[in-house]
Amino acid sequence: MSNVNTKSLSVSRIKDSLTNFSFVLPAVLIFSIFYIYPFFDIFNLSLKEWNGISSHKIFIGLANFKELMQDKIWWTSMKNACFITLIALTFQNALALALALACDRKMRLEKFYRVVFFIPPVLSEIVVGFIWRWILNSGVQDGQHIGLLNFWLDKIGLHHMVHNWLSDPKTALACIAVVHSWKGFGWGFIMLLAGLQTIDKQLYEAAKVDGAGGWKTFTNVTVPMMIPVILVVVILTILGSMQVFVLVLSMVGQGLVYHTEVPVTRILSAMTGTNRFGYACAMGVNFGLILICVSFAFKVISDKMKQA
Amino acid sequence: MNKLLGIVLCGLLLSGCFMKQEDNNTITLWHWMTDRQKAFEELARRYEEQTGVKVKVDLYAPPDAYTQRIVASAQSHVLPDIYGILDKKKIYASFIESGLVADLTNEFQKDNAEWEKSLFSKALDVNRFEEGNVYGVKPGIYGVPLDVTNIQMLYNKKLLQKAGIMHPPKSFDEFLEDIKALKRVGISGVVSGWGELWMADCFASNYAFNIMGEEKIMATYRGEVPYTDPDWIKVFGVFKLLKEGGALIEGIVTKPNKEAEQDFALERAAFAFNGSWCVNVYHDMNPDLEYGAMLPPSINADLPMKIWGGAGSSFVANNNSPRKDMAVAFLKWLSAKEQQAYLAMETRNLPANREALSSIPEILSDFAKVMENTTHPTIWERNEEPLVVEAFDKGIQSIIIGEKTPEQVAQDVQEVKEREMKKLLK
Repeated sequence: MSNVNTKSLSVSRIKDSLTNFSFVLPAVLIFSIFYIYPFFDIFNLSLKEWNGISSHKIFIGLANFKELMQDKIWWTSMKNACFITLIALTFQNALALALALACDRKMRLEKFYRVVFFIPPVLSEIVVGFIWRWILNSGVQDGQHIGLLNFWLDKIGLHHMVHNWLSDPKTALACIAVVHSWKGFGWGFIMLLAGLQTIDKQLYEAAKVDGAGGWKTFTNVTVPMMIPVILVVVILTILGSMQVFVLVLSMVGQGLVYHTEVPVTRILSAMTGTNRFGYACAMGVNFGLILICVSFAFKVISDKMKQA
Repeated sequence: MNKLLGIVLCGLLLSGCFMKQEDNNTITLWHWMTDRQKAFEELARRYEEQTGVKVKVDLYAPPDAYTQRIVASAQSHVLPDIYGILDKKKIYASFIESGLVADLTNEFQKDNAEWEKSLFSKALDVNRFEEGNVYGVKPGIYGVPLDVTNIQMLYNKKLLQKAGIMHPPKSFDEFLEDIKALKRVGISGVVSGWGELWMADCFASNYAFNIMGEEKIMATYRGEVPYTDPDWIKVFGVFKLLKEGGALIEGIVTKPNKEAEQDFALERAAFAFNGSWCVNVYHDMNPDLEYGAMLPPSINADLPMKIWGGAGSSFVANNNSPRKDMAVAFLKWLSAKEQQAYLAMETRNLPANREALSSIPEILSDFAKVMENTTHPTIWERNEEPLVVEAFDKGIQSIIIGEKTPEQVAQDVQEVKEREMKKLLK
């Protein structure tokens, strides 16, 4: 009797497992076909020397990775991407948080502001790049500055600040970073605003009763309650900023020497400029792994902070 | 009932996905030339009227995106019947070696080589692989040129007159004097799209030919002459002279060519460095622009100034297409006198067919006159390694922004060259 019961139990367990498995199967299939297989294929190509067309792919082992480790330009591009990310993490997210805090209060035209702040992320990156290229244009015609920024700097008497913004190594990357932050702050704004709205208002009232001022309430109530959202915003900002490249292409074309080079433009350059597909794949694998490590590190930090 | 309808619809959708549409009377052509789409469609209409064969003309722009599409299609074996290869000769050779391009040599040489003779030889050279070529490709002609082009300097007649300059400069010293005169009246000197590195590379190559000649350039590519040679330093020095003379428009190093074309068309600079395709572009931007074409002012009177030129755009026939013969017949028709004259008139480009030259605008004749001075990397005995080219072009940018001296750049380029030579020896 008990044997029959155990048997029917295990059959039902298998049935349950199969049912559960059939639910996740489509997702697993899609993930395997579109993510896992391409990743392994790219890794496979990164071990070869290939020009992208020829049927001859020469196996060279880890030579591409070895070369990559010594490729100064690749690490310069990483450094540039880190700079853009740093600006985005500070300037972009501070702006997003400030605006989210402002919009979280009862104010006139609150909905209008929400829409306006979300316009930049909706715009095409290439269009944003070209618009800012025009704003930062350093050209002159008939004694008048063509670029909007230089035109107004000149008009309001700040002639000494008129500058060749995109062709000077000191300012080109900073301009790209600022434009990237301007374009991206809307995402952070929406997420932070949503996070702020989930905080129980009673907590603020309790803080008020305890005599806490605005800053104390912010640091002791708002920030701790917002940590999970802030971490998500930080991770998305890092991933988005490290992978920036359309803005770079539209603002400085093929780059200003190597001062505006970022990892994706290097990968593109290796694929279409020098036709080294294997090397480009090695760059892709290396870059992907770095981003995975960064995301994983933030996940660990996030979990620890939640526990605390 | 709804379930049944759903299944039928899914079935129809899936069958649509897996059914291969093969219309044996339609040939497909992929191109990248936004300004020629209408003209191509009109020619396709005429061809269908004359032969009954339909030509589907698909445009994929800009050229970079087109190149990526062609490479991806080649990898997945879904290339159209007719397409263009916008890449280095080495990559052209890879397409041929992979069996993706039809050999047209026999077609060109039929009837006492009538087809071959009707086209500019400089234009055909881009599509020709000579006996013993370094790419190891079977000698022959593999593509059909559609037009010829060359890259020169252009001058704005009105702006030069405003600065009291009566004729365009012939020598480099005269050019620098003209720049001074232009600066005195607040006019910028040279504009070009050097944000697209190949254009700066092309300008440097013109002066390399003028300063040291082809043999020494090839010797450098072979690794026999270093980039630290005084002649190469002189080539890099041209950019220093231009920078110090204030000849270059602000922001030239990151300027895309489209913006540079706009600057010249809107009379923001007196000189431009651009290709013959600009005639059409300038006409659209400013039909009243008065300008002429000239060779870049020479530094060395003993050697000719060689400019880049040859086939502007070429098409190849897909060797694996079941409609290969139809594709070749269409290309032959497209390069015939009548069609070439129509294209030249509509798109203001220099025709590849010599017989169609009589119907071109005057400014294009200026470009056509110097076709004999043209050369192009695709017809050189060998090309420089891509990483060396990158270091060379980025070095030019460094000189223009005042970051490095010609000597430092020469040293940097030589280091990359030596590294690449070592790799080749391995």
